[in-house]
Amino acid sequence: MARESAFWIDLRRILWAAAAGLAVGGAVLAWFGSTGIWIAILAVVAAAAVAGAVAGRVRPRAERNAGNGEVALPILSPLVREVLEQLPDPLMLVDAGGRVQFANRAMWGVIGVGVERKLVSSLLRIPKVLEALSRTSASGEAGVAEFVVRVPVERHYQAFTARVASDPPVAMLLMHDLTAVKRAEQMRVDFVANASHELRTPLAAVAGFIETLKGPAKDDAVAREKFLDIMAVEAERMRRLIEDLLSLTRIELNEHVPPRGEVSVEAVVRAAAAALSPLAEADRIAIKVDAPDGLPKVIGERDELTQLFQNLIHNAIKYGRENGQVAIALRQASTTGRRGQDAAVTVSVHDDGEGIPPEAIPRLTERFYRVDVKRSRERGGTGLGLAIVKHIVNRHNGRMQIESKLGEGSTFTISLPAVRNQVDAPVTEVL
Amino acid sequence: MTDHTVKAFTEQLEALASAVAQMGGLAEAQLADAIEAIARRDTARAEAVVGGDQRIDELQQQIEEQALKVLALRQPMAVDLRETLAAIKTASELERIGDLAKNIAKRAIVLNREPPIRLTQSLARMGGQALSQLKLVLDAYSDRDAESAEMVWRQDGDIDEMYNSLFRELLTYMMEDPRTIGPCTHLLFIAKNIERAGDHATNIAEVVYHMVTGGHLATDRPKADVTSQTSVR
Repeated sequence: MARESAFWIDLRRILWAAAAGLAVGGAVLAWFGSTGIWIAILAVVAAAAVAGAVAGRVRPRAERNAGNGEVALPILSPLVREVLEQLPDPLMLVDAGGRVQFANRAMWGVIGVGVERKLVSSLLRIPKVLEALSRTSASGEAGVAEFVVRVPVERHYQAFTARVASDPPVAMLLMHDLTAVKRAEQMRVDFVANASHELRTPLAAVAGFIETLKGPAKDDAVAREKFLDIMAVEAERMRRLIEDLLSLTRIELNEHVPPRGEVSVEAVVRAAAAALSPLAEADRIAIKVDAPDGLPKVIGERDELTQLFQNLIHNAIKYGRENGQVAIALRQASTTGRRGQDAAVTVSVHDDGEGIPPEAIPRLTERFYRVDVKRSRERGGTGLGLAIVKHIVNRHNGRMQIESKLGEGSTFTISLPAVRNQVDAPVTEVL
Repeated sequence: MTDHTVKAFTEQLEALASAVAQMGGLAEAQLADAIEAIARRDTARAEAVVGGDQRIDELQQQIEEQALKVLALRQPMAVDLRETLAAIKTASELERIGDLAKNIAKRAIVLNREPPIRLTQSLARMGGQALSQLKLVLDAYSDRDAESAEMVWRQDGDIDEMYNSLFRELLTYMMEDPRTIGPCTHLLFIAKNIERAGDHATNIAEVVYHMVTGGHLATDRPKADVTSQTSVR
């Protein structure tokens, strides 16, 4: 399809006018001879004006036939194009036939790259948005639709559709991200619900012991010692729980914001293993890290990734066999996504504990879910470790896989996308 | 003249795929709303789901007619033939998912008249997993991505395990307090419907895999049922 800048269109127009004018002028001169020179000049001017006007209106149809039957697009000036590209909100222009004619960079993140001239209904499935778009295309009325994308991360959007008065007209779709606002509201509600639910039991225990110490066991030194020990353990449990809850809240609040740093996974894993080695030594468990040279860096936030691997390694130590081994292996891998091939780094943490029963595996990342409640409490678990891991993995656009066989231990594998060498994905220009 | 014919054929196939994607979007929205109606005890939303099922049935008929036209007039071969077949099969699976969503919504209306039960949250989680499978498989269909389809197919076991777990929890709940038997039975049926929806998503995954590669998932890759595994995302 011909790419015409405004300059060439105008030039063509001028040439058509000039050619028509000269043709008519030549004909008049030939007919009237030199006496009709003034008539000739007038005729030339008139013909030029008419031809120029006709050429102006003929242009879109001519381009339509010259292409492959698609509706030609009005030209986007470079300034307008640049402005639209830089908008933080996803935006696309859809023609009357329902095909995407322009999608800005932010929109690529929503529907993938290489979308020009595809039918918008193949790229976006949300019925409310498609309805608003087709209504606006047909009637010219602007539309608003609110919708939620629940998987993988819950995001709330407001979609605006409007018709752009160009020739031929196109419909514009703009999506505005409301997630941050909705999340903040939701976080507050969730935190209170979770905190009150899980803190109730240890708090009740402590209250009970305090009453006993004030009453029946007032002068019983032995009982006092024992009860105070138990109360200290419960208080510590509550402190850890609140810390984990605050951690989870913080992570969930930012879950929809893509990370921007570059992190060496090997360094993070080794640091986490070193930090947890005293705990491992207490159970005589050896931590082994196996990483090849030349692993790429991953896109991520160092602090969150540190927390992720600390949680996984801590779990491996907690549930691993005494005198056993925690084996951590790092590898480079490649994944295919909507954006084509991507390099990734996988980290697998293997422990040789009892393993996890199959019906428990899909629920492991549920908040406060424990396979064996008693054992988890004994080892000081809050039930939030894997929920935290899951939300960090989600934010980092990664994947987590849990494999386990009863009697043979468990393997937790995390895959994180590596830093890309090229900044922009290749996209064919439409205009 | 030949170019024009070929282009019209491509457009027809494109329109077919687009119609299936649209139907997929409707099914996703119906299922999501049905589960939301249970989680938030929203009877109005449930009623909207019941009313919205007709549109899905209409779309399925439309897609079948379109596909039959393509088969009769174009006599497609190889990947084009597989694509046309995939459209028909996928539309059929999506129509079933739509019906399941409608049934879930009907039960939600009945359930919301009873006092709330704690276990609806576990049900909502299971529903979220089914929605995730459906979204991934519909993306795989639009992107012609056999790898994604295979991944969805492999994760079929997750929802089944969640169903087993929920089943046991519900039984315990009912045994503890017989007054909850009524609502818990409804929840059991709803859980079964969600599990069925997950199975239909897996069927779509098989269809997508066959459309892209021409092979069959079940025979190419036998399920390893010794080790249990689950994936997040």
